[in-house]
Amino acid sequence: MEGFLDTVDVYRTAIWQTLFMALVSLVASGLLGLALGIALYATRPGNLLSNRLVFGVLGVLVNIVRPIPFVIFLAAIGPLQVAAIGTTIGTNAVTFAISLAAAFAVSRIVEQSLVNVDPGVVEAARAAGASRLRILFGVVLPEGLGPLVLGYTFIFVGIVDMTAQAGLVGGGGLGQYAITYGSQRYDWGVVYVSVATIIVIVQVGQFVGNRIARGVLRR
Amino acid sequence: MAEPIVRLTGVSKRYERKGGTAVTAVDDVSLDVHEGEVLAVIGYSGAGKSTVVRLMNALEAPTSGTVTVAGQDLTRLPEKDLRRARQKIGMIFQQFNLFRSRTVAGNVAYPLKVAGVPRAQRDARVAELLDFVGLLERAHAHPEQLSGGQKQRVGIARALATNPPLLLADEATSALDPETTTEVLSLLRRVNRELGVTIVVITHEMDAVRQIADRVAVMENGRVVEVGDVYDVFSAPRTAPARRFVRSVLHDRPEPDVLERLRHRHPGRLLTVLITDEPDLQKRVDEAFVGAGVRTELVHGGVSELRERRLGSLTYEATGPRGAVDAALAALRAAGVAVEEEV
Repeated sequence: MEGFLDTVDVYRTAIWQTLFMALVSLVASGLLGLALGIALYATRPGNLLSNRLVFGVLGVLVNIVRPIPFVIFLAAIGPLQVAAIGTTIGTNAVTFAISLAAAFAVSRIVEQSLVNVDPGVVEAARAAGASRLRILFGVVLPEGLGPLVLGYTFIFVGIVDMTAQAGLVGGGGLGQYAITYGSQRYDWGVVYVSVATIIVIVQVGQFVGNRIARGVLRR
Repeated sequence: MAEPIVRLTGVSKRYERKGGTAVTAVDDVSLDVHEGEVLAVIGYSGAGKSTVVRLMNALEAPTSGTVTVAGQDLTRLPEKDLRRARQKIGMIFQQFNLFRSRTVAGNVAYPLKVAGVPRAQRDARVAELLDFVGLLERAHAHPEQLSGGQKQRVGIARALATNPPLLLADEATSALDPETTTEVLSLLRRVNRELGVTIVVITHEMDAVRQIADRVAVMENGRVVEVGDVYDVFSAPRTAPARRFVRSVLHDRPEPDVLERLRHRHPGRLLTVLITDEPDLQKRVDEAFVGAGVRTELVHGGVSELRERRLGSLTYEATGPRGAVDAALAALRAAGVAVEEEV
């Protein structure tokens, strides 16, 4: 445990870096993915803003980006990172990459949650004379909120997973800490402290998500 | 006669399916709904009933023909005006389709919000409606806390929020048990009588027709095959599809398995007499049988009320000397009694 005690400051910074990357990415990818997911739902043939072309293009885009392993994605969006935040290394650059990668995953989760909304309530809203956008934001989204929150919770775990790869480009975080100060020095204490910390973060995230979902679903 | 509140003229609805085949859900239907009436659209499932009501509030656009509601040709209206027109047409559903993310009051308030009614007026109207359907004390409950009957009452309150002169009910009681069905039907009847709302109900249930309908339209294979006063259609259906449907919901003739048992127990010929509210009907039946020297035994059937008029059927076992039963049959028909032999 000496290794750990010597590196407590690094550990503390790593926790903050991981939390920063995870939470900022969750919010950013959450919003971006929400927009994309709503577009996918709404333009689906037969739905409120049915548009075969937009639906097709978005679907292909999501299907292309989503299966790319994050490490490769991180390398591939270098030019975009430079254009957006001026650098390809560091915590901010990684956060940007995670936000983008996770947005595509979020979009599918949003789409699924919304597709599962009972078409009957959409019909009831149409029968009441509501406009398409009003139905989308006033009925479909609130009706799909429970599954949506659970979906975001699920994504949070994936995002924490991505943050562990930040060390590759000097992003810091618990992943980098575990490798640099742990496994590369054969200091298993450091590795297991990192593992335990990640588990705690994920558990807290899951707990909060479940709580919110239960509140929304009233169960 | 006043202008009908809904007029369908030569309306067809075809759906293109993958592979180029088309399904005709509604086939050249012309139908009037008169102001203040309760019209029941009846028929087996798949007959096109649901599509017909969805044409009435333009949830579906017809492939051809015109749909006029309150003097407005819906088929010519742009989307924006169509939405305004829908605000004046209430609709309730088999599965209630309540918003689970909103309270009972929130559900009822929704159409008012859509119509842009200010908050204070909205709250007053919601309270008034919930009082009308008897759910004022459940205003803050969520739909999943309600029973099926209560949910449909919320559905009715929501549908009536904007004071529409027309209410469309799509199998509104089909998901309810018999007791709750009666409760919801009597509420719909109050909506019709007390508020003067014209109602179009789609149903395959005799109870719904019996309890609230003034007129019926019988549908089969996308066509309206018969329209008329409920009593007339049920006591004397003119078309084969209407006869088939009436028979299946009235159970006025012995079913095949019943018939077989009757045959086994009663060796005589089995004659079913239609009982309408014509005066002296029983007397004429008795005279025909007695006159021909036929003995009868009542083996099946029943008589009840439809639209406060007598309606039913009775199956007799008729026995007598050679030729006597045929003579009785002829005498019954001569006396204007509708009779059929079970074969």
